[in-house]
Amino acid sequence: MREGSPWTGLGAVVLKELADHLTSVRMRILEILMLLAALGAVYTATQEIRKTIGEDPFVFLKLFTTAQEPLPAFAAFLGFLIPLTAIALGFDAVNGEYNRRTMSLVLSQPIYRDALLLGKFLAGIGTIAITLTALWVLLTGLGLWFLGVAPSTEEVGRALLFLFATLAYAGVWLALAILFSAHFRQPATSALAALSVWLLFTVFWTIVTDLFAKGLYRADPNDPIAQLAQARIGLFVSRLSPNTLYAELLVAFLNPQVRSLGPILVTQLEGAVMGTPLPLFQSFLIAWPQIVALVGTVIALFIGAYVIFQRQEVRA
Amino acid sequence: MSALIETTDLTKRYGAVTAVQDLDLQLKAGEVFGLLGPNGSGKTTTILMLLGLTEPTSGTARVMGLDPARKPLEVKRRVGYLPDSVGFYDELSGRENLAYVARLNGLRAREASPAIEQVLNRMGLGNDVGDRAVGAYSRGMRQRLGLAAILLKQVQIAILDEPTLGLDPEAAHEFLEMIRDLRAEGMVVMISSHLLHQVQAVCDRVGLFLKGKMVLEGTVEGLSESVLGGAFRIHVESRGQNVDAILRDVPSVAKVSAMGLNKYRLEAREDCRAAVSKRVIAAGAELLSLTLERPSLDEVYSRYFQEVRHDA
Repeated sequence: MREGSPWTGLGAVVLKELADHLTSVRMRILEILMLLAALGAVYTATQEIRKTIGEDPFVFLKLFTTAQEPLPAFAAFLGFLIPLTAIALGFDAVNGEYNRRTMSLVLSQPIYRDALLLGKFLAGIGTIAITLTALWVLLTGLGLWFLGVAPSTEEVGRALLFLFATLAYAGVWLALAILFSAHFRQPATSALAALSVWLLFTVFWTIVTDLFAKGLYRADPNDPIAQLAQARIGLFVSRLSPNTLYAELLVAFLNPQVRSLGPILVTQLEGAVMGTPLPLFQSFLIAWPQIVALVGTVIALFIGAYVIFQRQEVRA
Repeated sequence: MSALIETTDLTKRYGAVTAVQDLDLQLKAGEVFGLLGPNGSGKTTTILMLLGLTEPTSGTARVMGLDPARKPLEVKRRVGYLPDSVGFYDELSGRENLAYVARLNGLRAREASPAIEQVLNRMGLGNDVGDRAVGAYSRGMRQRLGLAAILLKQVQIAILDEPTLGLDPEAAHEFLEMIRDLRAEGMVVMISSHLLHQVQAVCDRVGLFLKGKMVLEGTVEGLSESVLGGAFRIHVESRGQNVDAILRDVPSVAKVSAMGLNKYRLEAREDCRAAVSKRVIAAGAELLSLTLERPSLDEVYSRYFQEVRHDA
């Protein structure tokens, strides 16, 4: 029906939004938070790792996952900060343009709405990617400094996969925030809605999982098959949360010893040498369904935002 | 010369509400057209359909021969639009806002930067004003920045939605002067407004809207002649005996009404000021003032709708 490329003007939108994000006070605050989290986590991790150095072939990956009370590990910090950052970058993407009355100005230029929405998403992801990469390099540098051990190629590969997984996770929250920003007219409402979803998955999802697995399905304690079924139901429900998917990805990428992300039967362990690490590609295969699920969620949420936005009138 | 903007039976419905109904409109090169009417009479909806920002329910629109519903990018490249109470990015400067518009139009920074300077200077926003954050701009400055954004696109057609709304009389007058300048340069301008008296001065032709229909269309003079019955109104201030009777005696005067001490209003079939002055002086009265009232669109509008209401 319509003619002309939907990508027209995409570059202009991305550059403008990226500049906005990178200079915004919002992002400054989050960057400081992330920096503090990284420094704190690395420092405590290196203190802990020094005690056991030489025993672990993947000592570098421990930087991301080692925690010392009361501070959580860097990966746990990210699991907390990334959704907040993504929501902060996306919650006023669409309704903000309406409220500033800039929507009709922008859309009366020769671009399609596609470019505006996708540009905002890409700029958000780009902002997070820049920040994360900087943190990642900083962390690696600090690790080199404190530990005095250079990471192996495989460790670098795993750490890069971790970076990618974190970006995909950020994409879910960013797409959700943009979806709400298209649906709700008030930025405060859309921010609150996105944060509610985040709270639901962060705090209440274990309860929901329990409810489904234990409350609705009563397994006979003497029947292992029924118990396995119950565990699978629990796992299925918990995997509806992006937090679970992200956590599983971290486990698969950062703990090479992990061979499965679900329940393992004794028969499956036959012939396995316990505690030996998997090669990178095998870990990747274990995590593949989670990667697909996360990326798929991003795409589905973005399509939802796109449909809502396309149906809106230009006039506020 | 064929029409630059042409609509045939253009109709837009939102559910049961008809926003625009069977609109036939033609805009030719070099004219300023006023889309006038109260709020909610379908002016903005018409504009959005012309820009391809909303799809018509039925009927067709053509802008420079292009269908806005099918080729919105081509149309928007050729038409400048100043939205109703336009917004800019408050935290960016006027210059940066224009730079964004330029990039959205595919202009490279190197080509855009001299062009931006030029339009900013022309709109009186040059030098340090252009570097200030738009958040600190007055309403009039924002409107001028909006006009600068249109000039930047170097288009032949400009559509301005309520451009003088919220401006003080001075700023509104200044803005209308700028529109006159654009017209002199051969740009076609379409102005939508409910402030009839303000824009009637710059419009070559106007269309009066009511409830989604264009009920009257033509030049301001033509409309006032057809609606007000070609009446000329002359205000006379005169001191003397029986001025009333003297005025009534003037041929072509249809009606004389007293408007206060020594003040009279004449309704005549032609401009008979010369005859009035001669007779008043000849009768020995003093003539203090004599003015011909310009037909005002406000009056045309209210008179027309009185008639419509009477007929209904």
